[in-house]
Amino acid sequence: MPVTRGFRGRRRPEGDATRVPPGQYVVDEFPVLSAGPTPHVPLSEWTFTVTGAVDAPRTWTWEELLALPAEDITTDIHCVTRWSKLGTAWKGVAVDVLLDEIETAAEYVTAFCDGGYTTNLPLADVVDGQAWIVYEYGGEPLEAEHGGPARLLVPHLYLWKSAKWVRGLELTEDDEPGFWEGLGYHNRGDPWREERYWSD
Amino acid sequence: MRVTGAHRETARSRTLLLDVPGWPGHLAGQHVDLRLTAEDGYHAERAYSIASPPESAELALTVERVDDGEVSSFLVDEVRVGDELELRGPVGGYFAWQVADGGPLVLLGGGSGLVPLVAMLRHRAASGGDVEVHVLVSARSPADLLYRDELDGYAAAGLDVRVTLTRTWPDDWAGGTGRVDRAGLEAVVPGPGREPRVYVCGPTGFVEHVAALLVELGHDPHAIRTERFGPTGG
Repeated sequence: MPVTRGFRGRRRPEGDATRVPPGQYVVDEFPVLSAGPTPHVPLSEWTFTVTGAVDAPRTWTWEELLALPAEDITTDIHCVTRWSKLGTAWKGVAVDVLLDEIETAAEYVTAFCDGGYTTNLPLADVVDGQAWIVYEYGGEPLEAEHGGPARLLVPHLYLWKSAKWVRGLELTEDDEPGFWEGLGYHNRGDPWREERYWSD
Repeated sequence: MRVTGAHRETARSRTLLLDVPGWPGHLAGQHVDLRLTAEDGYHAERAYSIASPPESAELALTVERVDDGEVSSFLVDEVRVGDELELRGPVGGYFAWQVADGGPLVLLGGGSGLVPLVAMLRHRAASGGDVEVHVLVSARSPADLLYRDELDGYAAAGLDVRVTLTRTWPDDWAGGTGRVDRAGLEAVVPGPGREPRVYVCGPTGFVEHVAALLVELGHDPHAIRTERFGPTGG
């Protein structure tokens, strides 16, 4: 690739290469990127629903979600806008718990959210301990601007897949592009393969 | 692609003009990814909003230097006319406006968040300028205000363009001062009944504050499109 005259750049510290995907740089702060206003739904009205290609939809209230077995998750997160944040600490419920005992022929899932945001994922990317519905960050309730009261966390994919303000999962037999996936961003979004845009 | 022109906008920002062979065209509000490569192969890539309208032959990017920004400081202080840069795009189809989308168009920009909004203003002007538009720009001081002469020109031509300064302002400053508040927003944004298309761009604090006020004022959250620039703009 062509060298940019005069550009030297700043190398990341040695040892990061196994944790920082190509084209990413590490930040200490936690940037906020959203396509619209931050929604605020009272917890008394909040529910989480698994619906779509299932025998019967299942719904949890906020209290019921908190009563489910929770995990502490420490993980690195990677935003398609090129920042990565290492060692973030979350608490939440594995998607496996929410899908437990659900019979489905679906191979895909669409997360749906307050504010109308959606994102699509292969079901295989949200099971087997790879995805959670998280409600705490750094030991505190998850702030609204970072997706609280609860967001999806799928840390092995770019962060737009970790939908903020998530309210449920729709299981689908066909793959249906979500919000950014319909606007030029990659359908799967694996940061290690730099799956940023349609053309990648 | 080649840098064909460069001019300083403020002490911290500069506009680069680029000749991009095979540019597929863009929508006002979209951005590009610029990639810089060092001699040893190290590279860094960042997104920058396009300031030029789709009608412009050259692509204009206005870049603001962020503290410790390895890419932005290079682009603001070191790039020269004739240099070659690698570019990818356009990117982003949501924070975009075209004349056919109609109005009333409302553009609310904080700091360098004005860049994609000025592309919309330029697009509007280039295509006849019939769409009703309301603009509110928040800057720290007169010296930090991007496109000042151009904004004055729009105001002189009768557009509703307001500037509010948040930190320092001259004694004879006739515009707004301090943080944008509910009353200030209500004065510039047509009521929800008129279904304005609202674009908000700036630092996270500005965008969160303004978008929340708009929802309070009864605007449909789906009619409010936001884009945030943070210190990680790099």
